[in-house]
Amino acid sequence: MSIVSLMWANLFRKPTRTSLTLASVTVAFLLFMLLRSISAAFDSGIAVTATDRLMVMPKYSQVDSLPFAQKQQILRIEGVDGIAHTSWFGGTYQDPKNFFAKYPVDPLSYFDVYSELDLEPADALERFTRERTAAVVDVGLMQDYGWEIGDVIPIQGTIYAKTDGSRLWEFEIVGQFTEKGESSSFPLFLFHYEYFKEAASFGGDAVGNWIIRPSSAERADAIAQEIDALFENSADPTKTASEEEYNRQFARQLGDMGFITTMIMSAVFFTIVLLTGNTMTQALRERIPELAVLKTLGFQDGTVSLMVLGEAILLCLVGGVLGVALAFLIGPGLVTALEGIFGSFEVNLTTALEALVLSVLIGTVIGIIPAVSAQRLAIVDALRK
Amino acid sequence: MALAVSCKNVEKQYTKGKEVVPVLTGISLDIEEGDFLALMGPSGSGKTTLLNLIGGLDQPTGGEIEVSGQSLSGMKAKALAKWRSENVGFIFQFYNLLPVLSAQRNVELPLLLTKLSRKQRQKNAGTALEIVGLGDRGKHKPNELSGGQQQRVAIARALVADPNLLVCDEPTGDLDRETADEILGLLQTLNKDHGKTIIMVTHDPRAADHARRTLHMDKGKLATEVSA
Repeated sequence: MSIVSLMWANLFRKPTRTSLTLASVTVAFLLFMLLRSISAAFDSGIAVTATDRLMVMPKYSQVDSLPFAQKQQILRIEGVDGIAHTSWFGGTYQDPKNFFAKYPVDPLSYFDVYSELDLEPADALERFTRERTAAVVDVGLMQDYGWEIGDVIPIQGTIYAKTDGSRLWEFEIVGQFTEKGESSSFPLFLFHYEYFKEAASFGGDAVGNWIIRPSSAERADAIAQEIDALFENSADPTKTASEEEYNRQFARQLGDMGFITTMIMSAVFFTIVLLTGNTMTQALRERIPELAVLKTLGFQDGTVSLMVLGEAILLCLVGGVLGVALAFLIGPGLVTALEGIFGSFEVNLTTALEALVLSVLIGTVIGIIPAVSAQRLAIVDALRK
Repeated sequence: MALAVSCKNVEKQYTKGKEVVPVLTGISLDIEEGDFLALMGPSGSGKTTLLNLIGGLDQPTGGEIEVSGQSLSGMKAKALAKWRSENVGFIFQFYNLLPVLSAQRNVELPLLLTKLSRKQRQKNAGTALEIVGLGDRGKHKPNELSGGQQQRVAIARALVADPNLLVCDEPTGDLDRETADEILGLLQTLNKDHGKTIIMVTHDPRAADHARRTLHMDKGKLATEVSA
């Protein structure tokens, strides 16, 4: 027997109560693992961007658009090496829950600016440029929906109707792309801007954003300032930021996932601290004579206090370990379900480490008051209880 | 024979609000090594308080207590805890075993404070259980043992660190007559054959008959002494 095995035995004096407490702590840490991973996945779209690429967006709202005429003016700015554009198309594939971004793009300029994307087969870019209803799709997205090259994909327009009043847009997949050296990129569905321009009942003369490739990273800030200054007094003022910052702002429009997950976890852990703290205090109350016996036998006040604190930490740590293990167990299943939405959902070791450190901290918070009470316990008074 | 315990003019008072309640007044008492002393008296006479002071569980408000020549007065809590672990074995009326531990582990508990190896601790605990006649019950939890058996385990726990002094607070108060006699017989054996000095608080005159001598207390003072 050791002090640790004594602590462990004490924890399970009421197996049902301890098991239920352990289960609630485990679920809390499972939630922590999953929410942190979702939050990280949400930010991953931000992370997989070139830091020197610039995004030009409408100054006041993402819902606004920018006139096509701005393109030539931007190209005249010194250091602008390439320019592409995207627009938010919206649209639904079969079911609204099948969420992925669909952009009408100019094929040549888009793949010029996003040079890190590898397009296949070899004639994909040529066909994408030539055929008006062609589309190219991220490999991961192709796999998620079981699409193959040559498939015709129907998209129901939610924002844009066609000039004939129909909302059904059909695209033939002519290629798929990945990020260089990766198995996929971001779940994107790209189709020909000219088709959109001709067929859409409105919006064909405008774009959502300009994407700029500067000639050098050092020029990026200056270019951003010059673009915004150029359109400052026009009817369509712009706001230019790095692609990373743009994605962050875009993500914030959907909701600050970091903030939301922090708030949820704060509520969960606050409840856990109250519940587990109550259990530990109750357990201490039941054991006052036993703690007095330990002191009678010669255990120091500090040792008894540390044992009580250690029990709370042990309980939370075991719950944390179980929660982390469960997250790793069910994580792979969620990866398949969520990567279409978040791109790269992953339960990782860093989050696991955070969970374990947090479990020790919560155990300390829970155990500190019972530990101080145990420290102050007077033997003679406690033996009478 | 050398003195196991020496109390000189020991006082103990408790404070309740502004009121000072005297519990022990001017107790002077010598107990020789190898003695078996029964402390009797009505409830509230101060016998358990005196036992707690001699066992180092509490400090007197006045006077001097020496155990095996060592003064307990002024000892800090930490030093007193270490002293208790090495010098005194405690036996309580309600056994006070840890319900989550087996008999063997309950007995091993005081040895966690020593530098003995795990194997040696287990061996010593086994020997202590043999002495009290429960060598075959080591794996049983307290709730699987009778009252008498639990008190035997408690006695084994008190013995395992080989202290010279055993303090027993109503050790047979929760037992039937027959079992009580067995426990008292065991205490006599420990006193006679193993040379342990025993101080036992009891209400029961028949229990006191097993001691070498009996002291009566009343209202915080020593009253009369009866020798066996």
